[in-house]
Amino acid sequence: MTMTSVPLSWYLILSAVLFTLGVAGFLFRRNIITVFMSIELMLNAVNLSFVAFSYQWRQVDGHVYTFFVMVVAAAEAAVGLAIILTVFKNRATLQIDDVDSMKN
Amino acid sequence: MSEFYTSTDHFVLVPALLLALFGCFVLLADFLVFPRPKHRRYVVILVALGEAFTGAALWRQHSFLSAHDLASVSAFHGSLVVDGMSIFFNWIFIAAVLLVALVSYRYLETEQEHRAEYYGLMMLAQCGMFFLAAGTDLVTLFVGLELMAVSFYVMVGFLRRDKRSNEAAMKYLLLGAFSSGFLVYGFSLLYGLCGSTRLDRIGEAVTERGPFDPIVFLALTTTAVGLLFKVSAAPFHMWAPDAYEGAPTTVTAFLAVGSKAASFAFLMRMFLYPLAGARPAWEPILIGVAILSMTVGNLAAITQNNLKRLLAYSSVSHAGYILLGLVAGNETGIKGMAVYILVYLFMTLGAFLVVVALRRKDLAGEDVDDLAGLIHKSPVEAVLMLIFMLSLAGIPPTAGFIGKYFIFLSLIETGHYVLAVVATLYVAVAIYYYFRIVKSMFVGEMTDTVPLMGGFGMRIALGVTGVLTLLIGVYPEPFLQFAQTSLGR
Repeated sequence: MTMTSVPLSWYLILSAVLFTLGVAGFLFRRNIITVFMSIELMLNAVNLSFVAFSYQWRQVDGHVYTFFVMVVAAAEAAVGLAIILTVFKNRATLQIDDVDSMKN
Repeated sequence: MSEFYTSTDHFVLVPALLLALFGCFVLLADFLVFPRPKHRRYVVILVALGEAFTGAALWRQHSFLSAHDLASVSAFHGSLVVDGMSIFFNWIFIAAVLLVALVSYRYLETEQEHRAEYYGLMMLAQCGMFFLAAGTDLVTLFVGLELMAVSFYVMVGFLRRDKRSNEAAMKYLLLGAFSSGFLVYGFSLLYGLCGSTRLDRIGEAVTERGPFDPIVFLALTTTAVGLLFKVSAAPFHMWAPDAYEGAPTTVTAFLAVGSKAASFAFLMRMFLYPLAGARPAWEPILIGVAILSMTVGNLAAITQNNLKRLLAYSSVSHAGYILLGLVAGNETGIKGMAVYILVYLFMTLGAFLVVVALRRKDLAGEDVDDLAGLIHKSPVEAVLMLIFMLSLAGIPPTAGFIGKYFIFLSLIETGHYVLAVVATLYVAVAIYYYFRIVKSMFVGEMTDTVPLMGGFGMRIALGVTGVLTLLIGVYPEPFLQFAQTSLGR
């Protein structure tokens, strides 16, 4: 095959950019659900980087790792949404700044 | 080599299997064997049974290693290992779960949230801790960490009707998942360095590339951020005060000792093995984090009135002291970390047990003022609390002194004189706020006359933590021996 493929560094840069966007979303968004989605974005950036490296090394280890990351993300989402639901039931708000009763 | 599940694999995995089995069995037993809420406290017996079996499996691993004079047994193609370190930390987890389970039933009955899921989650979290102490592969470590963390998210929010518990769970979940993101990003880069998720291969690649190679440095810093979040070292400690304050007190106790010990096992595994080659890059980072942790922890604790919050900040400062052992990095330092974590288990657990005992029917009992005049009301608890406070401050002849002694000794041995002086100065600050508690207990006027929460489990747990906190202080040899042999690599 003489087709030129996308170099590894492009994937890594894209992954780093997505990760940074996730971090920025986590730090600056005020809605709990959006904050939670930002974390998912971070994890997906990680998946991209795993798959890119895995392709580079011509192995499946990285691919397999992404499945573990997905499973963990799903478990976290299940528990996380349940927790967010109880917060909403008790307070009727999803703004991070309103959920702040413990301060000294 | 190509066998899927060999007897060695089984031998190494047994403690985790038992924990997972008993964790699920507890959940089943809840509605099959103990349908009436009044009988639910007998689930603790099941937990004890599970821990006894796990302990036996651990003891078998230990005697196998010493009988064959082996340093470690590796299984699952190098993703799990039994060595002194994994055995040492697993004993700590067993002790933590047993002591916390003993006081949990009375506490949760008071909170009217006594459900068997709580004990199941505790054992599943402990199963995750096993993998953190024994994992030697990025996959096992990550899955173990998440098993522990997800169980803890649920436990922290266990008081569903309590606003503070919800809030604590939410903050812990968001910040915990955020830090896991950093950690696993670092892992992806570490994998990219060598094309393997095994720690030994990664170690070779890191050493070959050197500490200041850009990819190694990025991988190192993101991994370090994730790890330092988990051990609640400043500036990554913001979740700790809120999570500790809002969680049910028994969960706070388990979080403070179990999760902390497991995260330190994980941190030591990462920094001493695969990242050892990058020491010049991470040593200054850890020095900064350790100093900042001691500063933030000790200074913020001064103004706290909530006991759980105060102890959370104190645990941040203890994380700083433990990290200093890694900064020194010689044999005394590593042994010092192990001894410190062992000592920390008993003294912190003991202090939280007294806070648990303060929770009574209509009394939250979480403030420093709730301890006022305790010496007149419950002299035994007051004296035990005094011992725990002395130990947390690091005053001889209590266990806390032994822990700090080895950390300071290792710093002096490796020429970190300034760090040793700074760390000693912060002990003086710590004495101030621990003694605020002592003063309140011995001098303050009683604010209520309701007796403390008692019970069989509470008496045993308080007795064990109190006796060991004193015993390690006055007769430390066997415990030092235990830590020494564990980490003799």
